[in-house]
Amino acid sequence: MRSFAPMISTAKAMALVLLLVTVAACARTPGSGADGEATPGSQQEFLVTIGDRVFFETDSSVITADGQATLNNQATWLNRYTNYRIVIEGHADERGTREYNIALGARRAAAVVNYLVSRGVNSSRITSRSFGKERPVAICNDISCWSQNRRAVTVLQ
Amino acid sequence: MDSRLTSITRRRLLQTGLAAGAASVFASPALAQLRIVVSGASFTPLPIAIPDFQSSDPTFGREVAEIVRANLRRSGLFAPLDQAALPQQVGNVGATPDFNIWRGVNVDAVVMGQVERAGAIQASVRLWDTQAGEQVVGQQHQTGGEAWRRIAHIVSDTIYKSLTGEGGYFDTRVVYVSESGPKANRIKRLAVMDQDGANIQYLTEGRSLALTPRYSPSQNMLAYMNYEEGRPRIYLLNMATGQQQRIGDFGAMTFSPRFSPDGQTLAFSVETGGTTNLYAMPVGGQNPTQLTNSAAIDTSPSYSPDGAYITFESDRGGTPQIYVMGATGGGAQRISYGEGSYATPVWSPLGDLIAFTRLQGGQFHIGTMKPDGSGERILASSFHMEGPTWAPNGRVLMYFSDPGGDGGPRLYTVDVWGRNNVQIPTETFASDPAWSPLLS
Repeated sequence: MRSFAPMISTAKAMALVLLLVTVAACARTPGSGADGEATPGSQQEFLVTIGDRVFFETDSSVITADGQATLNNQATWLNRYTNYRIVIEGHADERGTREYNIALGARRAAAVVNYLVSRGVNSSRITSRSFGKERPVAICNDISCWSQNRRAVTVLQ
Repeated sequence: MDSRLTSITRRRLLQTGLAAGAASVFASPALAQLRIVVSGASFTPLPIAIPDFQSSDPTFGREVAEIVRANLRRSGLFAPLDQAALPQQVGNVGATPDFNIWRGVNVDAVVMGQVERAGAIQASVRLWDTQAGEQVVGQQHQTGGEAWRRIAHIVSDTIYKSLTGEGGYFDTRVVYVSESGPKANRIKRLAVMDQDGANIQYLTEGRSLALTPRYSPSQNMLAYMNYEEGRPRIYLLNMATGQQQRIGDFGAMTFSPRFSPDGQTLAFSVETGGTTNLYAMPVGGQNPTQLTNSAAIDTSPSYSPDGAYITFESDRGGTPQIYVMGATGGGAQRISYGEGSYATPVWSPLGDLIAFTRLQGGQFHIGTMKPDGSGERILASSFHMEGPTWAPNGRVLMYFSDPGGDGGPRLYTVDVWGRNNVQIPTETFASDPAWSPLLS
């Protein structure tokens, strides 16, 4: 039994951050043709040229190589346009139970928050929340949908 | 004397059937002979006749009898005779039945009832053993006029208890999550209904996601999770007044609440920085006590009926599995070891079993195991099912099953022997059922 106060385990959070930053990833060059109309620094630009989401393997909250590339681009962009506050929304696919998936979505969101902070984004700008499996984007009964629903979305405010 | 013995023997047959069904869960060779009585198709539901109840309002008398017949049929332990085959269409509580007539249609029991509605509802019921020619039980019941269906449920419980030796479960309610709208943006709000799907009332408006309602043992309060403030928080909802309040701002997210058996304590999950641990707090209190301290996800706590233990789900070992620990935390022991993963453990109110959701082989399963993890039994399987909740007699489970795609979940019941899997009708999609204690 412990009292409630010392809940945040700094050591654990640090360990997770270290784990995530040990894998280096190259930044992708943002596309520059089709998105010509997006104003630099706009939410539309972020959505179109950077990408607002990363995807996860089943039951995993490890940032994939593709995910790292996307988050590196997000971090660079967010560090340039510091007027935005950021909400990371964690989601799970439907192949798990409701309560566990709410916790899993939170774990995925935390992984993304830690990664962005490790890339220099000020932690005071970021909050996170989990939707578990309650808000899928792709609806079908196979992996093609589930892989799109296992996601963390970076929402600008 | 002979008839008395016969009566006891016949009644004991059904009771033994229940006990043997429970025993077969644990596959004891010594009980092999009893298992033949009840296993699979060899279990024969008790044939029973329930004529319409006598009443100055014959339609009312028929409605009450129909609810009783439906309850007993749905339990799977009784086979109510078709109305067309009844030698007597309306019951008579004042006379001893002509047992020869009832033996002639091969029923072992007959229920004679009378019901009147004059402000309050009053019912008299007599249950007769047709072979022995004896009364099994005779009772009178009364309920308020606004809840007239309850009288039928109370009568059903009387019959069920008398013939099975188990507790009843018909005079109960179920709170659940009513789901409507497109799947990607589905409205999820709390609703409550009678256990047979009647009398649906909506408890929240649907502005925000409301999930995982759980009954207080006192029945007048629910704990549930609401996204009202953008992130999941546990709320307590007073069923009588409709008032609700957040239990407090602990961590980034609070969810997965469950009351202790005495209703004095709430156990729940707190998430901070991606890690989820279990806490417990007196209802109305402000300082939770931490029960687990892992770097994993610990959730879905459920107390043993004596309040001494908590079973919960954790992925501390890599995959979600079921654990049991003392109710004040510490000493958690893993109890699930089958292939796949295990979730949502719920302790039976009888203490003998823990119900769970299992994910294995691309399917979801509802099952039970003993609190030491032995005797696992799968009761139902489908593409997706989860969230078992116990009827107060510990012999029936309700859960939800979802076909996937654009469809949605529906509620089902199944007994602890895996028999009698039936859908409970709801006017919307429905998930997260939570069964109330007996109302009476």
